[in-house]
Amino acid sequence: MSEKLTLRLSRVGTILLVIFTYSIIYLPIVIIAFLSFNASSRDQIWTGFSFVWYREILNNPRLLEAIQNTLLIAVLATLISTVLGTLFAIGIHGLSRKQRLKIMVLNNIPVVNPDIVTGISLLLVFSLLPLSFGFQTMLLAHIFFCIPFVVLSVLPKLKTLDPNLYDAAIDLGASRFKALWLVIIPSIKVGILAGSLIAFTMSIDDFVISYFTFGDGFQNVSIWIYSRLGRRTFSPSVYAYNTLVVFVTIVVLSLFNLFGKKQKSIKGEKI
Amino acid sequence: MKKLIDIQNLVKQFDDQVVLNNINLYINENEFITLLGPSGCGKTTLLRLIGGFETLDEGKILFEDKNIADIPAHKRPINTVFQKYALFPHLNVYQNIAFGLKMKKMPKETIEQEVLKALEMVKLKGYESRNIKTLSGGQQQRVAIARALVNKPKVLLLDEPLAALDLKLRQDMQYELKEMQRALGITFIFVTHDQEEALTMSDTVVVMNEGHILQIGTPIDIYNEPKNRFVASFIGESNILPATMIKDYKVNILNTEYTCVDHGFGEQTPVEVVIRPEDIELKPAQGGIEGLVTDVIFKGVHYEIIVMVGTIEFIIHSTLSQTVGTQVSITFEPEAIHVMRR
Repeated sequence: MSEKLTLRLSRVGTILLVIFTYSIIYLPIVIIAFLSFNASSRDQIWTGFSFVWYREILNNPRLLEAIQNTLLIAVLATLISTVLGTLFAIGIHGLSRKQRLKIMVLNNIPVVNPDIVTGISLLLVFSLLPLSFGFQTMLLAHIFFCIPFVVLSVLPKLKTLDPNLYDAAIDLGASRFKALWLVIIPSIKVGILAGSLIAFTMSIDDFVISYFTFGDGFQNVSIWIYSRLGRRTFSPSVYAYNTLVVFVTIVVLSLFNLFGKKQKSIKGEKI
Repeated sequence: MKKLIDIQNLVKQFDDQVVLNNINLYINENEFITLLGPSGCGKTTLLRLIGGFETLDEGKILFEDKNIADIPAHKRPINTVFQKYALFPHLNVYQNIAFGLKMKKMPKETIEQEVLKALEMVKLKGYESRNIKTLSGGQQQRVAIARALVNKPKVLLLDEPLAALDLKLRQDMQYELKEMQRALGITFIFVTHDQEEALTMSDTVVVMNEGHILQIGTPIDIYNEPKNRFVASFIGESNILPATMIKDYKVNILNTEYTCVDHGFGEQTPVEVVIRPEDIELKPAQGGIEGLVTDVIFKGVHYEIIVMVGTIEFIIHSTLSQTVGTQVSITFEPEAIHVMRR
């Protein structure tokens, strides 16, 4: 066998393996998308193409409310955790190396902790506080688990900055607040944006921690789906919702990649 | 000349470690003063204290006879060119230079005029809308200088601003900075570890080591009359030898008696003498200090010749070469001998 042929075969093998792997990963998503267009309300039987379940989202008040809750929590938790996480990261960055390492351990524990531990501990803490379970507890929980991720994505960006940047702004007559607002924040905006996107996705698909902190009829989508599973009230609208989420994700990711590439090509001009 | 900055008994510590110990220094108006020393000697800390980026532990810094300890950095009439320039990466050249004037809330037209003038001064006309990431090191350096000078400070602090540039560019910038300082009449406080840079540019050189000021003087003084071994060896190459001061104007170096110009050291006092490599003349062996030529290195303008006298190594810079292995006599004029206390 010639070397060329072997090379070609191994290349074909690689391509086949990649196709196989990715089809397995994406198969469930494709199935859900497929079922979301099924006119039948029973899962396995295809009775025709239809948008009925997409319309159903708007007509099912409980599901609609759960979607609204999910988005409300995600948006608020993202905003608050981005602001707090960015400030924390700036503060941590200003510490000495030793102190920074110590505090980063504290920051990273919630990241690696299993959700179930976080959920139960928050449940305990919240029940000790004069808080009624529902919107406020779920929001607090989401802010809590999002902050470390924002810190983790902002901190590396801060490390790449010139260490004298803040002093330079002060030197040119900016107050401390202005130095932060006009110089530091704009210089790390890529990190802040990335952090907020991670926070948003973490919040929007959380089930475990939300399950321990919901109440008072305030449900997000994941809890709503869980409570309907296997029941008659379960509706293929869930598939439609999931498909929409995947669609939005793909669009956002593509835009992000395009935007990122543009940035890179600007950097490339440097030489 | 008028005193502009007067630093008195200044002490600065970081976590119990004294980084500046009892610093006394005054800086005149229109002076180009250089803080020179190896890394870790406290020179950058001293600069940051003047700029207001650090707080001092003891002593005073007077600016035009007023203590400025409580004036925050952003209200001092002082601007800084930072080590790696610290340009704002999200702003273009124009916006970077305009930043200080904007903070002062100057009218837009004035800002535009001043920024364009500053750009012209640093020879970057036409670069207004350039992204700073697309500029070369030398150009970024010029933007940093323009960004500081556009505010018309009374004092400009420069923290090793030329360290990141290549040799040719560095020499050009040395010349240009000196020119700017003369033309603008601003006091420049320059920090460097490069002795040649310090000697070329400064009116006054302050040699520092381990948190102390070792010597303050003009470049010529510092070079010709170093106060101690550290200054002598830090400022250029030198031969530092043990010697005995017999009496005024008479010194014994390596068992040979020499006439010198130094006095006031007492009689029979152990001292050290400095002889610069270019002040030594080699002659065919004729008595006095004799040694063996062990190495001859061509350095461009001169030859660097190593002569061993017993176990003591002499460095000689000469335009005349020598043959390795010849016995020579080391001779020098009385003015070439500089005596230091041991």
